Amino acid sequence: MKYPKDGRFGEFGGKYIPETLVPAIEELEENYLKFKDNKDFKKELDYYLKQYAGRPTPLYYAKNLSEKCGGAKIYLKREDLLHGGAHKINNTLGQALLAKKMNKKRIIAETGAGQHGVATAMACAVLGIKSEVYMGYKDTIRQKLNVYRMNMLGAKVHPVKSGSKTLKDAINEAIRDWITNVESTYYLLGSAVGPHPYPVMVRDFQSVIGEEIKVQMKKISNKTPDIVIACVGGGSNAIGTFYPLVDTNAEIIGVEAAGKGLKSKYHSATLSAGSKGVLHGMMTYLLQDDEGQITETHSISAGLDYPGVGPEHSYLKDTKRVKYHSATDAEVIDAFLMLTRTEGIIPALESAHAIAEAMKVAKKSKKSESIVVTLSGRGDKDVEEVQKYLSKHVKN
Amino acid sequence: MSRIKEKFAELSAKKEKALIAYIMVGYPNENATISVVRGLIKGGADIIELGFPFSDPLADGPVIQNASTVSLDNGIKLNKFFNIVKKIRKETDIPLILMTYTNILYHKGYSKFIAEAKNAGIDGFILPDMSIEESKEYLTSAKNTADTIFLVSPNTTKSRIERIAKLSSGFLYLVAVYGTTGVKIGIQNYTLNAIKEVKKITKGKIPVGVGFGVSTPEDVKKYIKAGADAVIVGSAFLKLIEKIPQNKLESSIAAFTKSLKRQTVQT
Repeated sequence: MKYPKDGRFGEFGGKYIPETLVPAIEELEENYLKFKDNKDFKKELDYYLKQYAGRPTPLYYAKNLSEKCGGAKIYLKREDLLHGGAHKINNTLGQALLAKKMNKKRIIAETGAGQHGVATAMACAVLGIKSEVYMGYKDTIRQKLNVYRMNMLGAKVHPVKSGSKTLKDAINEAIRDWITNVESTYYLLGSAVGPHPYPVMVRDFQSVIGEEIKVQMKKISNKTPDIVIACVGGGSNAIGTFYPLVDTNAEIIGVEAAGKGLKSKYHSATLSAGSKGVLHGMMTYLLQDDEGQITETHSISAGLDYPGVGPEHSYLKDTKRVKYHSATDAEVIDAFLMLTRTEGIIPALESAHAIAEAMKVAKKSKKSESIVVTLSGRGDKDVEEVQKYLSKHVKN
Repeated sequence: MSRIKEKFAELSAKKEKALIAYIMVGYPNENATISVVRGLIKGGADIIELGFPFSDPLADGPVIQNASTVSLDNGIKLNKFFNIVKKIRKETDIPLILMTYTNILYHKGYSKFIAEAKNAGIDGFILPDMSIEESKEYLTSAKNTADTIFLVSPNTTKSRIERIAKLSSGFLYLVAVYGTTGVKIGIQNYTLNAIKEVKKITKGKIPVGVGFGVSTPEDVKKYIKAGADAVIVGSAFLKLIEKIPQNKLESSIAAFTKSLKRQTVQT
């Protein structure tokens, strides 16, 4: 759906927001529509994406991994090579630049794993805007390196101790801040979630991933990819990968975090196991109990630990254009180690979900087929978490 | 006529303004809720807002957030909540408003939820994350059954206030300040201006209630003086409840309520 004027992807999306935010959301939409196709804005953003963030990212043929799986050719879209180590910078540069055009002097953001927080801090540092980041207290501990990085980059980090102390609570707290400082502050949301126009705006800024894949795949094989895979938490790298390819014949698969298994309570697989509801300004699939209370989620990767999902993914699921699968923590660790050892690439645990799925799919696919996996981030931040997991679960 | 409308008509005849009290049901426990309600009524509250907890109360400040968590931890579910409402309804005819978040109604289905609430004794709803753009099914379901109280803010445009007022029934809720519930920033000039502006736009067709950060008799006095038809006090009650031993709840709440209510009588 190109630009949903009413903010709805089918029945999903919308803007369920406190009235105080309505003028801010309207101002945001007005400015986004004004600048998104503006030649100078695009040129400036393009400059930063190329010269500062390192675009375009390579589409790397993972020969060793492909041979190990024994089926289709696996290509990795190397978003992990971007400045900051993840796809998040695509969106933060776009939105921070927009905030600057809107004369906003203060930017706030939420972060889960810390990647969006770091990318926000970087974009704000280079564009000269003050930034503050809300982060679940639990996440500040499991991703403390990213807290140091944000601090060094000049961002103030607020640990959030309410609720489950993870990403959803960081979003709640960022929204509360925005309500309080609505005139001066720009809320730089990091995923394709929230009230309209965030889901479509974040998708547009991330669509550079899918657009590049199209061009690069054409150069390599003179066709579009046969299968495309990306991990889904809120779903920004996935929607950026999928959106430019939904009109092709590609089979598209999003991979959610199955944690300790979909039958356990410990997962974050919103589309695979959730039901419709309203959270964070949008109608979408949610993990909730029998009365609509949002339930706590689990994933080995902090970045996927979220009980909602971008509304366009809900739409793509219900219209059956995209299949949503999931990978367990154990499968993710296997994929993490496999990619690390066969290709010398340490993936983020989030991205390792997509690798796990690719390994399953590749085995069942023909050698002539191509699989593109978006490697949304690098895994340096996760090395400690993986070590911990291995010492707990592997005897030797 | 709904209980809320009747109440405003009755007060208007007496040249009084309304004191609306908000409490979180199940905070700090079920029994306390009944004592608190009795205290509120004894102290002269005109309308009571009963909060049903939501896991992610994004318009609420720390006090109500904490009360929501405690209430959920105490096992407050809809069934229990409606039973408490029924108990209260047996004792009193005071208008009761249910305040919660959109997902709680959406999840059960608007019609079903509103019918059950009405049956328990609820007269109206406040949903801080329900914008008028998304309210169609909610409004249809509540029509002729319960009042739908929407919120406006000091930054809401004139034309939007007009649209929101048209869709509201019972009263129109003016959020006093930029912030979450229970915010402590004192009385702002922009709030006093907003009260006058909203009153001018609504032309007396619907009462205007002011809430968020209203906590003292002095606040009540100033907002009433600026033209508010009602004031809503919430976090201040919860803070008081936190401090008082359970056997003194009813009398302490009654005394504090009385001190607030007094300011709505002197016009």
